[in-house]
Order: sequence, then structure tokens, then C-alpha cells
Amino acid sequence: MRRTTRFAMAAVAGLSTVSLLAACAGGGTADNADAGGSLQVLFGTSGEAETAALEAAAEAWSEESGIEVTVTPATDLAQELAQGFATGEPADIFYVSPEQITALVDAGNLYPYADELESADDFYPELREAYTKDGVFYAAPKDVGALALAINLDLWEAAGLTDADIPTTWDELSTVAAKLSTNGVSGLTLSPDLARVGPFMLQAGGWVFNDAQTEATADSTANVDALEYVQGLLNDGSATLTTDLGVGWSGEAFGKQASAMVIEGPWLEGAMAADYPEVDYRVVELPAGPDGAASMFFTNAWGIAAESKNTDAAVDFVEFLTTPEQQMEFARAFGPIPARISAADAYRSEFPDTVAYLDGIEGSKTYPTIAGFSEVMADMNAQLFELKTADIPSLLGSVQKNLEALTK
Amino acid sequence: MRSIATAPRRRRRSREARGRALAGLLFVAPAVIILGVFLFLPILTAGWVSVSDWNGKGSPLQPGVEFVGTANYASFLTEEGLAQKDFGTSIRNNLYYVLVSVPLVTAIALALALMVNKSRRGNGVFRTAFYFPSVTSSVALTVIFLFLFNSTGVVNEILSLINVEGPTWMADPRGIFHLALEGLGIPKPAPGAGFEFWGVSWWDWLSGPSVAMTVFILMAALAASGTFMLIFLAGLQQISDEIEEAAIIDGTTRWQRFRYVTLPMLRPTLFTVLTLCMIGSWQVFDQIYTGSQGNPAKTTLTPAYLSYEWSFKSSDWGQGAAVSFILFAIILLFTLLQRWGLRERTSDRSGRLRAARTQKGDPSEDH
Repeated sequence: MRRTTRFAMAAVAGLSTVSLLAACAGGGTADNADAGGSLQVLFGTSGEAETAALEAAAEAWSEESGIEVTVTPATDLAQELAQGFATGEPADIFYVSPEQITALVDAGNLYPYADELESADDFYPELREAYTKDGVFYAAPKDVGALALAINLDLWEAAGLTDADIPTTWDELSTVAAKLSTNGVSGLTLSPDLARVGPFMLQAGGWVFNDAQTEATADSTANVDALEYVQGLLNDGSATLTTDLGVGWSGEAFGKQASAMVIEGPWLEGAMAADYPEVDYRVVELPAGPDGAASMFFTNAWGIAAESKNTDAAVDFVEFLTTPEQQMEFARAFGPIPARISAADAYRSEFPDTVAYLDGIEGSKTYPTIAGFSEVMADMNAQLFELKTADIPSLLGSVQKNLEALTK
Repeated sequence: MRSIATAPRRRRRSREARGRALAGLLFVAPAVIILGVFLFLPILTAGWVSVSDWNGKGSPLQPGVEFVGTANYASFLTEEGLAQKDFGTSIRNNLYYVLVSVPLVTAIALALALMVNKSRRGNGVFRTAFYFPSVTSSVALTVIFLFLFNSTGVVNEILSLINVEGPTWMADPRGIFHLALEGLGIPKPAPGAGFEFWGVSWWDWLSGPSVAMTVFILMAALAASGTFMLIFLAGLQQISDEIEEAAIIDGTTRWQRFRYVTLPMLRPTLFTVLTLCMIGSWQVFDQIYTGSQGNPAKTTLTPAYLSYEWSFKSSDWGQGAAVSFILFAIILLFTLLQRWGLRERTSDRSGRLRAARTQKGDPSEDH
């Protein structure tokens, strides 16, 4: 009797193990059958408006094409993409930014399709370049936006400034920033980031690389001048770093009216409308430096996975997403600026207040695409935390050393 | 007795034993299989990734993924460059985190356990209160700490009441030893001069945990001490009241009883707590991931977070896996050091007495 019970229990234990193993093995086989008729889109969303706009676009295209599209907002896009690539079943379409291109292409994860698009030449040349590696244009740009200067109009008037005082040179910027820095308000707020000191480097005629990205130029005198100019603003109290104000980004300081001016891109619009609708402000192009006007632009594109089982449908869908009409649709829904040149006029007439983000693109740059740049930039940003007291030539010297290691 | 058993009985018995062994095997099989599939296989795979050139596409075991020997390890251990600097920085940060938080957490946990050990009225409330942070998710705790230690947060508000201008906490990359020296009027030496190890200058090695890291250390003191209090409490309950009474009769003071009776008898518990705390401290990740992402100025970068960053952000999976194995080696080394540090010293007199007592079968030594 006792033995039978024991045997029964052992049998149950054994069975449960078997079923467990079966459960483990079961995944991953069933869902390939209908892959011919569906697309997965993975994207990093800025909020509900973006998700809803993308869902609406997917639905509209699905009705037309008969192909089902699932859009999934990612909580951590890089990580979820990486998991997809590792399992061999990545999302068909995903957001990709220029600094990711090299790693994705080197790993063979990107399907090169953008050259074949009819509209390939209608994207801004700066954007085409940003998504091109070894002469191949990999991904169709989704949006673009250059950094511009946002000005709080109430604080501006309170400081006795008028339209004529809008800064167009570094000297004028210094003057208005100093005038605006009163009563605990910071004249200009910057995050300690290449993405905020970069425009000054470009305006001084410098940059971290030459155009071909074959030679590091971080320690040039133009870059030293640019950083010393920003350091000067910080030290005479006209500018503040976000880290010293205890805000996550400069838009927060701007919204709380703790800062009269900030350098931000089109994403500022959505944040201000959502969190600080009472702030009255305007956006102008960045002032020009000793070497003329320049800014930095930021962009995302539609990447298609090389492993996708449905690349033709994916290309069709991306073509639909990047039509001027659809890009304007997105602009209305959540603010991104169309990446198509032919949509520029429509954008200008419909959104006259934010054209500074579009006008700044010409002659501006985004992050270099060379492999390993993200780490070098992270190290540079870490040093910029102490920009106020840093020895600029040695700071740039260490960046130069790290960049030279990349070009070897 | 067994040797004189009759043959058929022996056979029956061995059959029974075999049956029992089989049943035993079946019963442990689920656990063994689960451990194998979810623990040993992933570790072996990670080990392979750390010596391969897998780039994150497809399975690391597929053909085409090449063996690269120790190249991934060398890329940050021996080759000068950014990777080495990041690794050196992360080790420095975590070393300070461990050196400060382990003794701090252990001391607080022990103090709390001593306070709530004796049954007094209301102790249940305190036990629950002290243990509460341990069952709270570390993500929630981190978010609360971010609010408290914001430059315009509660902590600085309180400091401003006594006319102290608080630092920007989570945005302050300066080391606390560095700040102390600055307070004494000793300036930071000019950069670029002098000794460097793993890409980190001697000044940075010695400048202590940054202000931001100190916030994380305080958080560990709050969050982890409850768990370890519980372990100490279990240890304290094992010490019988008679021993303390005997010590009281011997005319000992409170401190003497703690130092010469309670603490030596807690030695095994102390080792457990120190080891667990040390392992947890070297693996600190979720606070960093939610709270700072290694900022400010990489002073909260830890090897565990670096491994994540290299793997998922830079697709350097081999390098990321290699860091985690180095971390494993460090933890092993520290555990051995602790064992050695807390070993029974038989040369001194109290050790001999202890040895004599153990031979007589003192139940409190049964850990």
C-alpha cells in the first residue's frame, strides 16, 4: 500500500516534469504560419498622441493593403530590439537613429531599402547622409528637428528686451542672457551634453570629426573657443547647467519659468503644451558664431529588419508612412517635422511658430555614425558635468584621444 | 547486524532501496531540470558568449559565431582605452559602495536586531517597520529617494532651515573625500599628472564615493538592513538566556556581554550576513538603472550596469558577458577574504576555550 502511494507520487512528479519541458519547447513554432500577412512595428513613443497617430496610420494602411499591422510601443527600445535580433524574430519595422546605424549594419540586422524608394531624393541631404553607410542608404527618415532657441516672452519683456534684441551673435546672446539672469532666474539653461555644446562648436567652425569621419578634430582651437565661451556664460552667472538647477532637462526649467531661454528641439512643443500650457514663449534660430550659423539636428528613421519575412510589405508600409501627407498628419498629431523636402512648404504655412526647428537644419550636423561613438560621447558628457571648472584643452584632449582610437 | 541478514532479505531490501532511490531521483528531477535549464545552461552560454564574437544576432551557439579566446577580457583588462577607463571607474565606484555600505548595513542590522530581540511591548510594530523597506520594490524606493534628494527636494529644504545649502545630490559627481579635502583648503591637483590605473587617475581612485553614490549607499542602509536584521534576529534567538544569566552572575557589564558573549556566538550569522550583503552590493543594478544610469559623470556606474550597457546599448555582448564573469571572480575573492578574516583563531586563549566548548557539543555552534 505504502509503496503504491509512493509510486503514484513519483509518477506525478515525473509527469509534471515532462509537461514542464513540453511547455518550454512549445514556444516559437506556432506563430510563423501567418507571417506572410502581418507586420510588427516596434517604436519608442513620446506619449499617447504618438501611439494613437501611429495606430491610426497602421489601420488606414491595413484597410488599403489587407495586411495586418501590429504597433507596439517599447518601454526600452534598444533592449527589446536586441532580444528580437537574438531570437531571430525581430519586429519588421522599428525606429532607428543615426548613431545606431553602424552597429545594426555591422551585425547584418538592417534591410537596405531606402535607395529604392521613389522618394529617396526628396529627403533632406543631411538626413540621407545620416542614414547612409558605405554608400548605402539604409532607412527612410521619419522626422527631423534642429535645435533652436526658445525664449520666455514674459521674462523677456520684464527684462526690458524687445524683438530687436533677439540674439543673432554670441555677443548678443551673452548680453541678453546676462540681462535675463535676475531674481533667481537663469538666463540660459543647458544640459551638460554634447547635444547642447555641439551647436556652439559648429558655430565656431569646429566639430568632433572631419566630414568623412576619418580624422578626429575634437581638440581644435575652434572647439576650445566654443567650450570656453559656454564656460564663460556659466561662470558669469548668465547660464546654468540643468544639473545645478536640479531639473531632468532644460525644458523642465523653461516650463517652471526658472530659465528664460533654453536650447531645445521640436519635442519641447509637446512637453510645453502638455505640462506648462501657461508659459508664453517663442522659438527662434540659434545665434550665429564666429563661423556663421549652425545647429545640431536629431532624427529618427524607419528601420526594416533584415530577418523580416515580409520585407516587401514592410517597404510598402514605410513608403506610406513617409508620404508628405502622412508626415504632415503626424506633425499635426504630435509635432514631428516632416523629413520630406516637398512637405516643407505645407509645414511652414501650417506651423509658422515652429519653423525655427526646420530652418536650423541647413548646414547642421547630427551625431557621427562611426562605431563606438556613443561610448566616447558618454565619456565626454560625463566630463561636461564639471564644465564650469574644467580645463577645456585637457577635456577636449581626452575626447580627442578616445576618438582617435575609433578611427584606427 | 546487516552482515548476518539472510540472502533473500538482503535482496528485497536492495530492491526496496533501488525503488527508493528511483523515487528520490524522480522527486528531485523537477528541481534539477529547472536549475539546469534556467541556471546552469544560461551560465554556460554566458561563458561561451564571453569568449566568442557573437554580435547579438540569432543564437550564440549557431555556426559562424567564432571563438576569440580572451580577446573580450583583454579589451578592457589590458588594452588601454575608453572601455578600460569605464571598467576601472565602475570598479572604483562599486568598491566604495561595498566598503561603505557593507559595514554600515551590517552594523545597523545588528543594532536593530539587538533592539527588537527581547520581547517587549510594541516590538512587533518595530520589527515590521524595520523590515518594511526590504519588501518594498527597489524601484519604488529609488524614485522616492530621487524626490527626497532632488536639489530642491525635502532634504535640502530641511537643510536650508538650519542655513546649510545642500548639494545637488544626484547631480553631484564630486567624491566625498575630495569635498572634505576641499573643505580643508587642499585643491584638486592639475589633471593629466601622475599615476593612472585602469584609466583612472590616483586622485579619482582616492576621492571616495561621489555625493550621488552616497545617496545610493544611504538607500542601501535603509533598504537592506531590514532583511539582515531578520537573519541576526534568528541568530540571537538561538542564544539561550542561561548563557546571558551566567554572564550576569560573573559580574559583566552590558558591553562586555555583547562583546565577549553575544558577538562571538553570532559569528556564523555575522559571516552569512556579511557575505550576502557583500554579494548584493557588488551586484547593485536596479537602483542605478532606474535612478541614475551611471550619471553624474559616471560616478554611479557599476560593473553590473556596465555589463548591461555594453551588451544592450553597444551590442558588445562578449565584452558585457566578460565583465559579469570578472564580477563573479571579484565576489568569489571577497567571500574568501571574508572567510579568512572571520576564521576561528585557535592561537589565542578565547579560541582555545571555544574549541573546548565546541567539543563538549555546545548547541549554539551548530550553524
